Amino acid sequence: MRRALLWTLAGALVLAAAPVLSGAQISDLSELDWREQALRFLSLRDASVRYALFGSLLLGLSCGLLGSFLVVRKLALVGDALSHAVLPGVAIGFLWAQTKDPVAIFVGATVAGLLGTVLVGLIRQTTPVKEDSALGLILAGFYGLGAVLFSMIQKQPLGDQAGLNAFLFGQASALSAEDIRLMAVITVLCVLLIVLFYKQLLAVSFDFGFAKAIGLPANLFHYLVLALLAFAVVIALQAVGVVLVSAMLITPAATAYLLTDRLHRMLLYAALFGMAAGVLGAFISFLGHNLPTGPFMVLAATVLFAAAFFLAPRHGWLPRRLRRQSQRQQIALENTLKAVYHVREESGFATDAVSLEALARRMNKPLPEAEAAAGKLVRQNLAELREPHDKALTGEYELLLQPVGWKRACEVVRNHRLWELYLTHEADYASDHVHEDAEVIEHVLGANAVRRLERLLDFPQRDPHGRLIPSTRDLEELGVATAVPGERHTGEPPRL
Amino acid sequence: MNAFIPAFDVHEHLLWPWAEGLPVFGWVFLMGFLVCVACGLVGQYLALRRLALVGDAISHSVLPGLVVAFLIAGSRSSLAMLLGALAAGFLTTVLIEWIHKNSRVKSDAAIGIVFSSLFALGVILITLFAGQVDLDADCVLYGEIGFVFTEEPVALFGLVLGPLSVVRMAAVALLVAVLIAVFYKELLVTSFDAGLARSLGISPALFHYGLMAVLSLTVVSAFRAVGAILVIAMLILPAATATLLTDRMGRAFAWIVTLAALYSIGGVHLALWLNASTAASMTVVALGLFFLAWVLAPQKGLLAKAFHRRRREHGEPAAGSSAPETF
Repeated sequence: MRRALLWTLAGALVLAAAPVLSGAQISDLSELDWREQALRFLSLRDASVRYALFGSLLLGLSCGLLGSFLVVRKLALVGDALSHAVLPGVAIGFLWAQTKDPVAIFVGATVAGLLGTVLVGLIRQTTPVKEDSALGLILAGFYGLGAVLFSMIQKQPLGDQAGLNAFLFGQASALSAEDIRLMAVITVLCVLLIVLFYKQLLAVSFDFGFAKAIGLPANLFHYLVLALLAFAVVIALQAVGVVLVSAMLITPAATAYLLTDRLHRMLLYAALFGMAAGVLGAFISFLGHNLPTGPFMVLAATVLFAAAFFLAPRHGWLPRRLRRQSQRQQIALENTLKAVYHVREESGFATDAVSLEALARRMNKPLPEAEAAAGKLVRQNLAELREPHDKALTGEYELLLQPVGWKRACEVVRNHRLWELYLTHEADYASDHVHEDAEVIEHVLGANAVRRLERLLDFPQRDPHGRLIPSTRDLEELGVATAVPGERHTGEPPRL
Repeated sequence: MNAFIPAFDVHEHLLWPWAEGLPVFGWVFLMGFLVCVACGLVGQYLALRRLALVGDAISHSVLPGLVVAFLIAGSRSSLAMLLGALAAGFLTTVLIEWIHKNSRVKSDAAIGIVFSSLFALGVILITLFAGQVDLDADCVLYGEIGFVFTEEPVALFGLVLGPLSVVRMAAVALLVAVLIAVFYKELLVTSFDAGLARSLGISPALFHYGLMAVLSLTVVSAFRAVGAILVIAMLILPAATATLLTDRMGRAFAWIVTLAALYSIGGVHLALWLNASTAASMTVVALGLFFLAWVLAPQKGLLAKAFHRRRREHGEPAAGSSAPETF
């Protein structure tokens, strides 16, 4: 219900936006001749294009790497707070140097970002304010402080303040050679520190307590990550902007997280996704003659995330859905097999085939549905339909399981009954409470688990309801479809 | 640096807005107060439910909803904006939950991804349709509270009430207050104990989405006045400061209203003095008051706690050393 609502809403939004968007593209871009712009970007003739490209690569790399540590430690919103908290530092750095000096801004922003994160920690430790509120208030409060300073600077008769607005929504083409040099130095520093302390960072990221217990200065590494994070934020600041830089930390790393379980691979993927999003954003913004870069980079990162979200082989939405569907089909097949077993059991295994009517009665379903279920078994070569000897009487076909189908039927029944027995014996369930649980687990118990259960229950013959349990050994020796469980081989239990 | 921070002039920066400037600044004071009250009241419940950062997310993602509504309706009609904002707010909460439930991405990262993408979309739409949308990037970042008095006053039944946005904000603040008064018990029980609420026949989900709807409504009304990011400060800071000052809901609400007045008055004076954005100055005042409360609050302040600890260590060691620290 909710999903249906969501889809309609999303669809409506896209439909509403599409005509307006395409209209805008036509009106804006046709006169701009975007093909020429694209050529200019791709040929890398202009220095500013080269700077924008290098800058986007560097920021994507550092943000992806550092963002991975945030995402695995569930600190994504710390990145958000930190990235907003740098704003007053940018303004103070600018005021200090009286110009857009990269180093002054870098120092100011880093100090402000770290101060903000430290304050969040202090608030959490010394006040009853919860962590989410602490993050939010530092984020917004520092941002407000920065906004006051910015609005004051804008009224000052200072030179070269034009580039300052780029810090809000980002402008990759405003990057200068000096900026790029600084970005490169910081990025190399980040990569070196991560490579050097990879093991320690791994330990701190996944098990803080363990890292402390083995004598690592865990707090020190925590602050190292935060400091590097502040570096990454500051690197990305000019090209992405304060407001959206947190997305460049979170989104590429979350995309990588959907694709792998290993940290080193995640770091690699996140860096690649970050760089791809950065370059794509810079390119699109250049096509539109220097539209703000940040939003385009963020949307590019989101598109990559959406692709991974839906298609990632193991954790993707679509593969998981398909897997679940095939699982459901498998369960339906096994339930039909089980019903056949039950029908045969009712007649004391007197006949080897069962009539579809009896099957329908057993499955508690109308005849056509039972026929369909039987048809599925036949298509999977688990059973065949046979004309009965007295077809004139009933007018119905009979279902005869193939050896492999019969074996699976016995296995499922065995799993069910073993589990019921286990629950009543070992987990003290009442015998009338075990059926539902067993209905679920019978389809997933593996061979090893079954062996251990049989051993644990001392090779039982009967379930809590007094019915025979087909044993593993019976099944292994079952060569023919007519074999009947219960004719036990007495003596030695099978060696396992 | 001296030129950067203007000299403080008592008459011009402190008295003038209350005297000759009142016809102009009265509306700014009032608007600031109403924004802070409405946001503060909603924010109290966000803080109780640990949803402060969902407030952050919704305040960002309302932007594309506003722009799309604007482009469809072709005007700044309140109803269209409200519907756009509600749709965007609803979309945000549902998307966050959906991503969180259907993948291994944790909810914090899901929040970050959803709101930043929607906000980016909003900014792009604004820049693409700069000519058609009556919103610009500056407004999104700083708000335009200083200009409320320039709006046409609206009249109801022949009674001239005031600028449209102020009247609308007053209605929203009133609505929030009335809703809290009517559903006080339900909100309290769903905030503190969802299980108990369910056993009493109160649906926690209903109140969750209701709160989100009220949040979207408040955010969209405050949006033009204080911008997307500063509205977070107005949502979170009053409740956080009140937590330091009292443990009782009733008193917390009283503090929130008081703080709202202080933010508004202090912010206007600060902005006048520094020649800065009014909304940003209100945020700075709010942050300053939080720090003040952090240090000076009667029982939970740093000073009070240090004092208690000292007295315990020196005064009565037997009783003090075994008493656990309680909050």
